[in-house]
Amino acid sequence: MNVYGVKAIYKFEMARMKRTLMQSVLSPVISTCLYFVVFGSAIGSRMGDIGGIDYGAYIIPGLVMLSLLMQSISNASFGIYMPKFSGTIYEVLSAPVSYFEIVLGYVGAATTKAVILGLIILLTARLFVDYSILHPFWMLSFLVLTSITFSLFGFIIGIWADGFEKLQIVPMMIVTPLVFLGGTFYSIDMLPEVWQTISLFNPVVYLISGFRWAFYGVADVHIAISVGMTLAFLSLCMATVWWIFKTGYRLRS
Amino acid sequence: MQPDISVKHLNKTYEDGFQALKDINLDIYPGEIFALLGPNGAGKTTLISIICGIVNKSSGDVLAAGHDIIKDYRKARGSIGLVPQELNTDSFETVWNAVSFSRGLFGKPANPDHIERVLKDLSLWDKRNNRIMSLSGGMKRRVMIAKALSHEPRILFLDEPTAGVDVELRRDMWQMVRKLRENGTTIILTTHYIEEAEEMADRIGVIRNGEIILVEDKAQLMSKLGKKELRLHLQHKLDEVPGQLTLEPVELSEDGYELIYTFDAQQQQAGVARLLRTLGDLGIEYRDLQTRESSLEEIFVGLVHE
Repeated sequence: MNVYGVKAIYKFEMARMKRTLMQSVLSPVISTCLYFVVFGSAIGSRMGDIGGIDYGAYIIPGLVMLSLLMQSISNASFGIYMPKFSGTIYEVLSAPVSYFEIVLGYVGAATTKAVILGLIILLTARLFVDYSILHPFWMLSFLVLTSITFSLFGFIIGIWADGFEKLQIVPMMIVTPLVFLGGTFYSIDMLPEVWQTISLFNPVVYLISGFRWAFYGVADVHIAISVGMTLAFLSLCMATVWWIFKTGYRLRS
Repeated sequence: MQPDISVKHLNKTYEDGFQALKDINLDIYPGEIFALLGPNGAGKTTLISIICGIVNKSSGDVLAAGHDIIKDYRKARGSIGLVPQELNTDSFETVWNAVSFSRGLFGKPANPDHIERVLKDLSLWDKRNNRIMSLSGGMKRRVMIAKALSHEPRILFLDEPTAGVDVELRRDMWQMVRKLRENGTTIILTTHYIEEAEEMADRIGVIRNGEIILVEDKAQLMSKLGKKELRLHLQHKLDEVPGQLTLEPVELSEDGYELIYTFDAQQQQAGVARLLRTLGDLGIEYRDLQTRESSLEEIFVGLVHE
C-alpha cells in the first residue's frame, strides 16, 4: 500500500480546510447556531415537547445531521472536482496509487473535516440548548458512518460534475429538502398517514432517526433499520465508486 | 540493453471512434534523450498519456523500466516523472508544499534535502514559500518540472517543456535536461521547437496521424535526409543554366548572378567536384561560394508533408 500517497492526498485536503477556516468551519457553525437560536431558544421555548423531549433539544440531532451531510458532500465533491477543473488530476492519475488509496485520501479527509465540524456544532449547541447523549458510542458511530457515506456520495458528485453548477445542484436541490422533510424539525408520527408512508422513502429519515435515538433513545424507525439503511447507502456509494474507477468514468478516457 | 520504455503494437481509439494511435512500436533506451516530433494532433500527448497512466490504451503492451504499465502499475508509474503540456498547478499552495506533495504521492518518504536540491537546481529556492499563483509562467513551468523530479524518477517525460518560455529560461532548461541525462535519467521530450530537438536529442521519432513514421539517430537522420546547398556568386550574369550543367540539380537565381546547387549530404564530394570542374571548363567565373546544411526543421517539414 502506498501509505505516503494516501498521506499526501489527506494532508493536502486538510491543508485546504486550514486555508479556508472561515468558509469550512465558521460559516456552517454560525448558520447552524442561528437555527439553535431561532428554533431552539426563541420558538422552541413556546413549543411543546416531542416524545417527552424539549423541542430545542429534539431538533439538535437533525441540525447536526444537516451540517454533516452538507459538509461531507461539499468537502468530498470539491476535493476531487478541483483537480479535475484545474487539470492537476493528471498527477493523481499518473501516480502509483490504487483506486482504494485515492478514495481513502480524499474521502478520509472529507470525513475528518465533517466529523470535526459536527463535533464543533454539537459543542456550540450546548451554549444555547440543554441536551444529553444517551448512547455516546452510537452517536459517534452514526456521526462517522454518515460522514463516510456522504463523503463517498460527494466524491461521486465531484467526479460526475462537469461544472460548478452541477456541484451545487445535488446538495442544494436534493439533500437539503430531504433533510428538512426527513424529520429534522418534527417527528414523522406527527404527519398524516400518507405522508408518513411517503417519508419512509426518504433515506435521510433513517439517518436522523438513528442519530436521535443515540441522543435520547427515541426514534421514528427501529435503530436496526436505521443502521441497515445507512450501511445499504454506504454499500451503494462504494459500488458506484468502484464502477467509476473500473470504467474510468470522467477520469480516464 | 533492455529499453526503459518499450511500446509494442499500441493502439488507441477514443469513444467517438477517432483512432489516435495506430500500431505504435517504440523502444527508448536508458540514459538517452529521445525527441518525439509531430504536428498538432499527431498523437504525441496520447502516447505519453498512455505510458504515464492518464489515458487507457485500446490494445498493445507498454513496459516502463521493465514493468507492465497495467499489471505492475505501481513500479511502472513510480519510475516515471511527467511534465505535462499545460500549466496545471495548485495555485493556492506554496512551491515547497506542492513539490513535497508530489513526492509523497509517488510513494516516497519526505526528503527535504532532495527537494531543496531540486528547487535550487531550478532556481526556485527563493520562491519556495511563495504561492504558485504569484509566480510567472516561466516559474510555474519550473515548478512543474520540480514536481516531476521530486520522486527521483528514472524516466522523465517532458511534453512541450519550453512552450511559452523565454529564451534564457529555455537555455537553462536545456542545461538542466543535459545534467539529468548525465545522471542517468532517460528523457523523452515532445516539442514544437525543432531547434530544441536538434540541440538536445540523441534520437528522433516522428509521429504523423497516429503512426510512427521514423525513428532514427539524430546525426544519422541529419546526414541521411539532410540536404546541402551550394551557392555560387557569379562574376558575370547568366541568362540560363548552361546545358552542360543539366546533369546536376542546378538552378539559376532570378537576377542571374547565383547558381544554386542542392544535393544529398551524403553525396556531396562527387557532385560538388564535378560541378566546379564543369564550370571551370565552361569558363564561368565565380567570386564567392557559400554552403548551407538543411536544419532538422526542414527535414521534419519534409517528412510530415510527404
